[in-house]
Amino acid sequence: MPYPLKRLLAFPLVMFGVSVFVFIAIRLVPGDAITAMLGTESGLLTPAQREALTAYFGLDQNIFVQFWRWLSGVVQGDFGISTTYGQPVLRVIFDHFSLTLELAVLSMLLSLVIGLPAGIYAATHKDRPGDLAVRVVAMLGQSTPGFVVGLLLIFSLSVFFGVLPQMGSFVPFWQDPLGNLSQMILPALTLGTAFAAAVIRVSRSAMLDILSEDYVRTARSKGLSRRRVIWRHALPNALIPLVTLSGVEFGYLLGGAVLVEQIFALPGLGRVVLDAIQQRDYALVQGTILFIAFNFMVVNLLVDLAYAALDPRIRFETK
Amino acid sequence: MSLFRDLLRHPSGRIGLIIVLVFLLAAIAGKAGLSPFDPLAQDRLARLQAPSASHLFGTDMFGRDVLSRLMVGVAQSFIVSFFSVAVATLAGTVLGLTAAWYGGLWDGIVMRLMDVLLAFPAILLALLIIAIMGPSGWTSILAIAIVYTPIFTRVVRGPALSLKRRDFVDAARSFGSSRRYIMSRHLALNLVAPLTVQITLALAWALITEAGLSFLGLGTQPPQASLGLMLADARNLMEMAPWLLLVPAVALSFAVLGFNLLGDALRDLLDPKTRRALA
Repeated sequence: MPYPLKRLLAFPLVMFGVSVFVFIAIRLVPGDAITAMLGTESGLLTPAQREALTAYFGLDQNIFVQFWRWLSGVVQGDFGISTTYGQPVLRVIFDHFSLTLELAVLSMLLSLVIGLPAGIYAATHKDRPGDLAVRVVAMLGQSTPGFVVGLLLIFSLSVFFGVLPQMGSFVPFWQDPLGNLSQMILPALTLGTAFAAAVIRVSRSAMLDILSEDYVRTARSKGLSRRRVIWRHALPNALIPLVTLSGVEFGYLLGGAVLVEQIFALPGLGRVVLDAIQQRDYALVQGTILFIAFNFMVVNLLVDLAYAALDPRIRFETK
Repeated sequence: MSLFRDLLRHPSGRIGLIIVLVFLLAAIAGKAGLSPFDPLAQDRLARLQAPSASHLFGTDMFGRDVLSRLMVGVAQSFIVSFFSVAVATLAGTVLGLTAAWYGGLWDGIVMRLMDVLLAFPAILLALLIIAIMGPSGWTSILAIAIVYTPIFTRVVRGPALSLKRRDFVDAARSFGSSRRYIMSRHLALNLVAPLTVQITLALAWALITEAGLSFLGLGTQPPQASLGLMLADARNLMEMAPWLLLVPAVALSFAVLGFNLLGDALRDLLDPKTRRALA
């Protein structure tokens, strides 16, 4: 069986596994949804009111019935109703996904714009001071956790420029593009640091591998300029591992960035899941995690296909 | 021991090894009660003091000595990382080896299960596990172990599959060696190289994950010290007392850096392809 087809067939199976897993896991969290939703006020509920609420959210059924109801809703695009937001889960997800998507795109762009030229520069100046400097920076960038980068950015801004990043009220891009970007630039930089470091390392080593290939030497000996060989012959091939790396990273970023969203007080998908778990908002946890896992798997599938398309030498093992 | 000597000769291996050893010594000293002050002792007269001769890294908002807290904090972070990576390595090796060896249905079940776990973003999976079990150091160990098990399973299964078809395994089988013997001796020994590299790098990630969980208040619980907790405490005081932020931030990054450098060096040394290129 061809590899992409095999992956496609495994897709629904893994998604089903994810739904079972998250469905059971969230129900293992101690405490019930109604109490978590109302907090101390839940003590004021009469037994009849509590029963009515439980029935409204479908929590009075046995677990298999609940699972069946939920799953048959999901395949029809109905993810249930969030107990904390009082809105359809899908609506909550899409309200917060735009921020996560924007953050993911911005931080990917930043890391590629910084990382790729730095990696190529390092490879073409191998073992010279510039290469060494780039490698040290990349190693430091890779070793500093994202949320530490964020804290240090906030700290440097406040100490050296006396400003604090705008936090609290988030402005969507379509309302105020400039205000939105000024809010997003620091979180994007924070998320992008580690990835920029990875881009530098991968593009450098891919470039080095390729520059030692026979066809590059042939191109040079034909009399082509060094610049032309690097940009036209070597670079396209060096980009192949970068496609995989970027795809996997993008898949991760679409899952929200819990810590960075927390530090910059951004209402992204990561915060939604964190709050939903703490609120025992079953439908919301199930819906968001399924949504995140779905995105992750789609992106990964696309990456695999792109990889095969870009490099005809790759023949996937079917075993 | 020749690996150790090679490691000392490798530039990033040497630096990585030194960094890791320094942190390890500080952690052991902290655990053994050799820190300059009691890391939990509060001194209300000495709150938020800048670094000085008596308090090398200053004091925090309760007047606790930051250096002492850093030492036990590093120890806590290392303990969680070591145990979680150990559990993940063990579970991943067993699952990966058996999946490769028995193939068929078992392979399918194990690998799809790992796909399910991999489809979760690491930190969300850890959050879910912690929500179920309640936050503590032990829960962090389990959560991080579960997050990294699929990676080890994949790292082991790949080489195990190709090794399985090689002649020396056939030879051992024709001598009448039992499956268990072949698995534990021949296959496992050939997996040591890729595993060593993966373990070192996983330790770096585990340190980051542990710090992140503690930062969110879901890992190590106060008043115990951990790098993530120290960073969380520093958040609102960073302008007044920058050392509270900078000390754990630099410590965490350097600890991760140490393992990353070590992992890179090990990859250079243990991968036969790059090894030849180095010689």
